[in-house]
Amino acid sequence: MSFGLFLVIGNLREVFILQSVVRQFLLNGDNGAEPDQVLKLPGSAFAVSDASRSMTLRRLWLDTFDWRLYRSGLALEQVSRAGVTELALTGRDGEMLASDRFGRVAGGAGGGGRSRPSWPALLEALPLGPLRDRLGPVVGVRALLPVARAVSTVREARVLNSDEKTVARITVDRMSVTFPAAAAVPAHLAVSALRGYQGQAVKVADLLAEAPGVAEASQSGLEAALAAAGRRPGDYSGKISVRLAPRMPAGAAMVALLTGLFDTLLANVHGTVRDLDTEFLHDLRIAVRRTRSALKLAGDVLPGGIAARFRPEFKWLGDLTTPTRDLDVYLLGYPDMAAGLVAATAEELQPFHAHLERSRAAAQRQLARGLRSARFARLRRDWPDALASAAARPGPTRPSAARLAATRIARAHRRVLRDGGAITPASPPESLHELRKRCKELRYLLEFFGSLYDPGEHWRAVRELKALQDCLGEFQDTQVQREEIRDFAAQMMDQRAAPAATLLAMGEIAAGLAARQQRARGEFTGRFRDFASPAGQSRIRALTGVAAA
Amino acid sequence: MKIFATYNIKGGVGKTAAAVNLSYLAAQDGYRVLLWDLDAQAAASFLFRIKPRVKGGGKALIRGTRTIDDAIKATDFDGLDLLPADFTYRNLDLVLDAGKKPQQRLGSLLAPLSGEYDVVFLDCPPGISLLSESVLNAADTLLVPLIPTTLSVRTLDQLTDFIGGLDGSRPQILAFFSMLDRRKRLHREISEQLPAKRQDVAATAIPAISLIEQMSVQRAPVTAFAPRSAAARRYAELWAEARERAGLPQLSGSSSMP
Repeated sequence: MSFGLFLVIGNLREVFILQSVVRQFLLNGDNGAEPDQVLKLPGSAFAVSDASRSMTLRRLWLDTFDWRLYRSGLALEQVSRAGVTELALTGRDGEMLASDRFGRVAGGAGGGGRSRPSWPALLEALPLGPLRDRLGPVVGVRALLPVARAVSTVREARVLNSDEKTVARITVDRMSVTFPAAAAVPAHLAVSALRGYQGQAVKVADLLAEAPGVAEASQSGLEAALAAAGRRPGDYSGKISVRLAPRMPAGAAMVALLTGLFDTLLANVHGTVRDLDTEFLHDLRIAVRRTRSALKLAGDVLPGGIAARFRPEFKWLGDLTTPTRDLDVYLLGYPDMAAGLVAATAEELQPFHAHLERSRAAAQRQLARGLRSARFARLRRDWPDALASAAARPGPTRPSAARLAATRIARAHRRVLRDGGAITPASPPESLHELRKRCKELRYLLEFFGSLYDPGEHWRAVRELKALQDCLGEFQDTQVQREEIRDFAAQMMDQRAAPAATLLAMGEIAAGLAARQQRARGEFTGRFRDFASPAGQSRIRALTGVAAA
Repeated sequence: MKIFATYNIKGGVGKTAAAVNLSYLAAQDGYRVLLWDLDAQAAASFLFRIKPRVKGGGKALIRGTRTIDDAIKATDFDGLDLLPADFTYRNLDLVLDAGKKPQQRLGSLLAPLSGEYDVVFLDCPPGISLLSESVLNAADTLLVPLIPTTLSVRTLDQLTDFIGGLDGSRPQILAFFSMLDRRKRLHREISEQLPAKRQDVAATAIPAISLIEQMSVQRAPVTAFAPRSAAARRYAELWAEARERAGLPQLSGSSSMP
C-alpha cells in the first residue's frame, strides 16, 4: 500500500520521490515520538542530514458520489504547489496510471497554461488524453466531487553513511485534513531507497520500525485523511443495504427498510438541487419509487395509517422528478440517436438538442424549487418522525419478516404470471405498461427482502425477471419517447424553433424509436415464456418457500 | 542515448573534473544521466562519495556475467547515476582482449541502457589502449581537455589522425582548454586563437581555479556546491556547447527544489 504522494517540482519534470519506497510508517505523537528525534536514528552508524528540503502541498482527492474509483481500486488525487497542479490517478498499490498537469508551466508541453477543472465537474471538463480515457469507463456520467482535502508539509531527510553519501531518503509528511472535517493525521514516514543502496534502506527501515511511537502504515493517503475526518470511503451506495432477520416483526422490518430508503433519498437531494450529475436524480427517483412500492405492497403492516398518510406525498415527489428525468434520458441517449441517423444529418437535428437543453433547464429549475418547497421540508421532517414513532411502538410480533416477504413476493409473482399470461399480440401497449409495473413491484420486493435469502438463489430468481424487465422497459421507454417527440415537435413549432430539416430528422428519430419498440414487442413473448416456465417459477417459489419456513 | 567521453592521452588535465561537472549539469537540465568511472584511480567515484567497488570486478562487467544494471549506484543528485570504478579496471585491456570484437564491447554493453538514460558520460583513464579504442568506438562525442600549450595542440592533431584511422563509427571531437592560467601569455594566446581557427575546439575554456581543486575536499561537483562561481559558469557554457554539438535539445531547465 502506498501513500501515493506526488511531488511537482520545478518546471516540466515531475519527481515521484516515493517511487522506490521500501517501507512506510506512521508516527504516533501521543507516545511523545517526535519526527526530529526519531529521524536521528539514535544508536546507528547512519547520520541524518539536517539539510532537508521541505515543501507545502495542497492535496485534494476526488471520486464520484457512489465511490466508483474507490470501488475499482483507484485513487484520483490533485496536488497543487506554487500555481502548478497535477491530477494523478493511481492504482491499488499506489502505482501511477495516468496524470495530467495544469497551471503555470513553461513551454507548451505537459498542459502549460491550462487551468484545472473547478470541482465538482463532469469528465468532459478534463482535457482529452490518457487520464480522461482511463477514467471514462469507471466514472461514466457521474461528476467527480472532492471527497477529502488536506495540506501536507513534506520534508525530505537524507540518511548518510560514513562517507556522508546518501544511501536512503526519509520523507516526512505532516498532513492536516481540512475537509470533510478538520483533523490532524499522524506524521507519515516513507523510507525510499537510492539505486544501488537497497540493503541500506532496508536497514534504515528496520531501525525506524523499532523506534518508539513508530508503527507500520497500512492506509493510503486518502484512507488516512478520511479516517481522521471520521468518514469511511465507500459509505454511499444506491443499493438496499438493510440487513433483515427472518424472525423480526414485519412492521419493524418495513420501518428499517423505509428508513434506509429515506437515507438514500436524502443523500441525493443536494446533488439533485445543485444538478451535479444526472445520477443524483436517478438514485433519488429510485428511492422514491421503492418507497412508494413498499408502502403500497406492505404498508399495511405499519401502525397508525402511516402508509395512507404518506403515499400521496411520495407520489407528489415522484411526479415532481419525472420531467427532468425524462429529458435526461433523452439527452443521455442523444449522441447515439444522432449517430444513428441515416437520411438526416446530426447538424439538422441540432435545434432539437437545443430544445431539449432548454426544456431540461426549465424542468430542473422546477424540480429544484420543489425540493426547496415547504411541502418537501414537511416531508423531510414528518416522515422520519413517523417512522421513529412506528419503531418506538412495539407492534404485533406476527407476521415475521420472513412470512411477510413470502406472502407478498408470492402475491406479486402471481400477478405478474396472471397479467403476463393474458397478453396476446393484439393486446394494447397499456397492458405491457401495466405488466412492467407489476414486474417492478416483484423486483422491488425481492430486493427489499434480499438479505433474507441465499445470495446465489436470489440472483438466479432475479435473472429471468431482469431480462423480462429490460424488454418491457425498452418497450415502454420507446413508447414514451415517441409520444414526447411529437410534443417536442409541436412545442418547437409554436416557438418557431423548428426548421423543416429538423422536423424531418426528428421524424427519423421517431421511426427509429418505433422500430426499437417493435423489436422489444417481438422479444416479449420469449422473455415472458422463460420467466413463466416451470423452472423459472420454481426458482422464485424456492426462495419464498425457504424464507417462510 | 548520447554518449560523451572525456579523454586525453595525458593524465591530470581535467578529464574527471569535466566528466563530473558536465554530467551533473546534464542531469540538472532534466536528462537522465549515467556516468561511468572507467579509471581505476576512481576519482569520479570518490567525488560522488561512492565506494569504488563493482561485484565481480571489471571482468564480470565486460564479460557480461554481471549486468551493468546491477552495479549502478544513485548519486546524491536527482537524475544522475554512477557506474563506479573498481581497482580491477586496471586490467580491462586484458579482459577486453580475451573477448570477441573488443573495440565494440563497451558500446554493446551500454546499448541496453538506452531506454533508461538519455546521456552517458565515460570518464576514461589516460593512455592509448584497447579500452580507449573501445571508448572511441562507443562515444558520439569525445571531449578532450587540453592544457593551452603548443605541445597539446600537437596531441590533438595526433588524436584526430588516430581516430581518422579507426574502423567503424568514429566520434566527433570537441576539444576544450583546461587549467587555463590567464597570467601566462602563451595560455592566453593559444586559448584565444585556436577556437577561432579550429571547428573542433570549444570557445569555452576552463580556468585553473583553486575552487575546482576544492571538489576533492567538498566531494561534490563545483557546479553543485558553488553554482554561481566562475568555474561553474564556465562548465555550464562548455556543457551548452557540448550539448549543441551532440544535437541534444535544451530541456526546460533546473529541477532543484527551493
